[in-house]
Amino acid sequence: MIEFTINGQATVFKGDPETPLLWVIRDSAGLKGTKFGCGVGQCGACSVHLSGNLTRSCLIPASAAAGMSVVTIEGIEGIAGRAVQAAWIEESVPQCGYCQSGMIMAAVDLLHRNPTPTDADINRAMTNLCRCGTYGRVRAAIHRAAAAGGQAS
Amino acid sequence: MKASELSCGTGVPSGIGACESSAPAYSGISRRRFLQGSAGLSFALALGAAPSGGSAKEGAGIGAGISAWVRIDAAGVVTIYNPVAEMGQGSSTALPLIVAEEMDADWDKVAIAYSPIEPDIYGHDAIHGRMMMLTVGSFSVEAYFDRLRIAGAQVRHVLLVNAAEQLGVALASLSTTPGAVLHPASGRRLGYGEIAQHAKVPQALPEAQELRLKPVGEFRLIGKSILRRDLRGKVDGSAEFAIDVDLPGMQFGMIQRAPVAGSSPLAFNREVIAALPDISAVIPLDHGVGIVGKNLPAVMKARQQLQVEWSKDAPAEKFDSDTAFEHYASEAAKGDAPVKRVDSKGDIAAADASAAAIYRADYLNDFVYHAQMEPLNAVAALSGDVPRAELWIGSQFPSGLRAEVATLLGIDIAKVTIHARYLGGGFGRRSWHDFGLEAVQLAQQAKVPVKLVWSREDDIRNGMFRPMSLQRMEAGVDADGNITGWRHRVVGDNASIVATGAKIPFYAIPNQAIDLLEMRSGMKTKHWRSVGYAPNKFAIESFIDEIATARKEDPYQLRRKLLRDSPRALKVLDEAVDMSPYGKETAPGRALGLAFSEHQKSLTAGVVEISLVEDTARIRVHRVWLAVDAGIIVQPDNAIAQMEGAIIQGISSALLETVSVKSGAVHQSNFGDYEILRMADTPEIAIRMIASEAPPTGIGEIGLPFTGPAIANAFAALTGKRLRHMPFNSSNIKLAMLDDGGAV
Repeated sequence: MIEFTINGQATVFKGDPETPLLWVIRDSAGLKGTKFGCGVGQCGACSVHLSGNLTRSCLIPASAAAGMSVVTIEGIEGIAGRAVQAAWIEESVPQCGYCQSGMIMAAVDLLHRNPTPTDADINRAMTNLCRCGTYGRVRAAIHRAAAAGGQAS
Repeated sequence: MKASELSCGTGVPSGIGACESSAPAYSGISRRRFLQGSAGLSFALALGAAPSGGSAKEGAGIGAGISAWVRIDAAGVVTIYNPVAEMGQGSSTALPLIVAEEMDADWDKVAIAYSPIEPDIYGHDAIHGRMMMLTVGSFSVEAYFDRLRIAGAQVRHVLLVNAAEQLGVALASLSTTPGAVLHPASGRRLGYGEIAQHAKVPQALPEAQELRLKPVGEFRLIGKSILRRDLRGKVDGSAEFAIDVDLPGMQFGMIQRAPVAGSSPLAFNREVIAALPDISAVIPLDHGVGIVGKNLPAVMKARQQLQVEWSKDAPAEKFDSDTAFEHYASEAAKGDAPVKRVDSKGDIAAADASAAAIYRADYLNDFVYHAQMEPLNAVAALSGDVPRAELWIGSQFPSGLRAEVATLLGIDIAKVTIHARYLGGGFGRRSWHDFGLEAVQLAQQAKVPVKLVWSREDDIRNGMFRPMSLQRMEAGVDADGNITGWRHRVVGDNASIVATGAKIPFYAIPNQAIDLLEMRSGMKTKHWRSVGYAPNKFAIESFIDEIATARKEDPYQLRRKLLRDSPRALKVLDEAVDMSPYGKETAPGRALGLAFSEHQKSLTAGVVEISLVEDTARIRVHRVWLAVDAGIIVQPDNAIAQMEGAIIQGISSALLETVSVKSGAVHQSNFGDYEILRMADTPEIAIRMIASEAPPTGIGEIGLPFTGPAIANAFAALTGKRLRHMPFNSSNIKLAMLDDGGAV
C-alpha cells in the first residue's frame, strides 16, 4: 500500500508497487491529462511534478512516490501555472495537443527555477517531443509568461 | 464534459442541450427521410423538429434542426456539426466557422459538435469520387468550403423567411446581424433562438444560385484571428483522446504482433500467460497474439513473458533496406522494366536526340515513420446477442472504419457506432483501420469492453511507413540552355503513394516522361504527411539546382524561366526570395538554399539557411522563409501554425529520420533510436501567406516538401557537395563529402 498525494488529494495505491506512476495517475486516480507517449522517458508527455521536481512519470515506480506530492496538469496552481496556460492560449501553441500537458509541466518547472529564461535556457530545459512542431510557439509562450512576471492575464 | 461534445462558445450557457450533446443530431427525423432530402442538394435538408411546421416548443432545448449542419435552440445557441477529424490541423474550427460566416451566427454562441458518421450527408467526394468521411490530403476546407457556405446561407434564408412571417413584414425589408434578424424600418430585432422556436423549414431550400453569398470583403470570421475551439482543453488536460476513454468493466489489451509483416503465430505459451495475475484472456489473431487483462501494466508485464513461434514465409522476410537501393537501381535500368506512366508530354525521344547536353542523377529516400505522439489505440465495446458495436477512436477515416467493423462482425452498419475523439497526431497513419479492428476483435473474444493500446515499440516496429524510394532523373538541355527533356523514374513500394508529387505541372518543359516502377518489399507502407511529395520534390528541386550549377546559372533565375507560364507560381517564388536574404547576403559559415513545390493546388517556395557542424557532420538549420499561396485562408494564424509544423516535420525527416529493415524486421524501437527534431534544433521561421480571393486549397502538407531539397541545395552552396540520399544524417553527409561532386 503506497500513500501519497495527487494534486493535494490523499491517495492510496494498493496495486503492484512496480507499476509506473504514470498508470497510477491515469488509471487509478483517473487523471487523463498526463499522457503516455513512449514509456522510456524520451518524449516527456508524462511529465509531472513530484514533490516539486519535474519527473517523467513513466520511469518512476509507484513505490518511489510514497510520501510524496504529485502535481499533474489538472493540478497546476499558482500564478506561474496560470500564466503559462494563459500564454499557451495567447500564442495558440497546441496543435494535436497530445504532448502539451507535458510541455506545460516542463515550462512551469522552468519558470519556477528561472523566471526569465533565455533561449538557451529554454533549449536545455524543454526536451519534450512534439511531432506537430509547436516548438517555436512553446518558446514564445514561455517568454510571454516570463514577461508577464508570473501574472496570469 | 460529455462524451460527444467538441466545444462550446465562450458565451454558450451551460446546461443547454445543444452544447452538452450532439447525440440526437437530427432528433425526430428518420434517417431515411434525412437521406431522401439530400437528393439534388449540396447538403441534406432536414425538417424542423415539428415537420408539419407547427411549434417545436415541446422540444425546448432539443432545438430546431434547420439543416443537417445546424441546430438552433431557444436560447440562441447554434450547434454546428463538424464532419472531420481533429488532429491539430484546426479543421474542426474552420469548417463550422464557414457555416457561421454565411448564416451570420454570433460566434460566441456557436457550439461545435461532431457530426454523426453518415458519409452520404457529411462526407465529401474530393478524393475517390464517392462520399466518404475521410480527413486526409489537406482536403477538408477545400472540399467543404462551397457546400458549407451554401449551407450557412440556406440557414440564414430560412431564418429570414420565418422572421418575415413572424413580424408580418416583407422579406426584402430584413437584414441580419450576428445572431439576429433586424427590421431596420421599425427597429425590431428577432434573435435566432426566438425565430427557431417557431420556425418552419420549407420543403425545398433555395439553390445555390438563388442565394447571396458574402463577397470576400464582407467576411467577419473567415480570414480573421479566431481562437481554435480545441485549444483550451489542450492546455488544461481536459481534451479527450481515445486513450483517455474509460468504460465500466473495461479491460486493457495489447497485441504482440509479428516482427515481420505478413507473418502469423504458429505456437505460443498460452497457458503460462493465461495463468499470470490480472490476465483474463489470451487471444490468437492472424497477425499476432492478443492479451487482455485488468490493468495495462499487468498486460505489459505478461507480454514480456510471451513466447511465440512465428511463420517464416512472409515476402518481407527477404527484404533488407541496406541492399534494396542497389536492387532498385538495377531494376530501374532495365529497358523492359514494367513501368506505369505517371505523366508525359511532347516527344521525349526527339528531345533526347536534339539535346546538347544530358544530365543525370539518382536520389534516394529511406523509410520514414509517422511518430504521432499518441500511440495507436481504440476502445471497443460489444453488446447483445446480435452484437452492437461501439468504438471510441481517433480516426481519419471513420466512415470506412464503421463499414469495416460491420463486415468484421457480420452485422448491419446501423449497429456500429463510432465515437470520434481527438487524434494525438494523424499524419496519414490514422486513416487506416487496423487498430480499430484489433480493439473490436479483442473485445469480441474477451467478452468485455477493451482499450487496446500500442506501445511506442509496437508503433514503430509494426509501423506502416512512407516507402523508401529511388528517383532516377535525366534532363536534356538544348544549345540555347533550355531544359527541353525531362525523365523521372520513381522506384519504390505502393503505386498509390510513391509517385505522388512526381509531376511537374508548373515547369515549362516541353517533353516529359515521368513513370513509376513499383517494387514489392512486403513491408507495410502508408501515406505520410505530403505522401510522395517530399521524396519526389527532393529529387526534382535538387536536380534543378544541380542543372543550374552545372550550367553556371542562378537557380532562382532558372526556376523563374521554368515557371514563366504561371504568374501565381512566379509570385510565390519571387516572394520567397524577396522575404529572405537569398542571392543578397550570406552569413559566414552559412549558406542558403531555395526550393519550389506545389502540393495539389497550393503553392510554396522556401529558403533555408544552414551551417555544417563539421566534427559531428550534422546540419543545423538556422532560419527558414516560406511564401505560400493557398487561396482564401479561413484561419490565418492556424495556417501559419500548419506551415511551422510542416517545416519542423520536414526538417526532422530530412535530417534525422530513417527506418532500417533487416529480413523484414524493423531495427528501430523508440525515440532513442528513431530521433525526431527537438526544441534546441528548431529554426526561426518566417511565413508569408499571399493574399488571395481564389478558392481555398490545402494548408496541412504544403509546408513540408520544400524542406529536403532546400537543405540539400543550401548544403551544395556551402560545401560544393551534393546530398542525394535523404535523410542527411551524419553518415550520409560524410559519404557526400567524400564524393567527387561530379554528378551531372
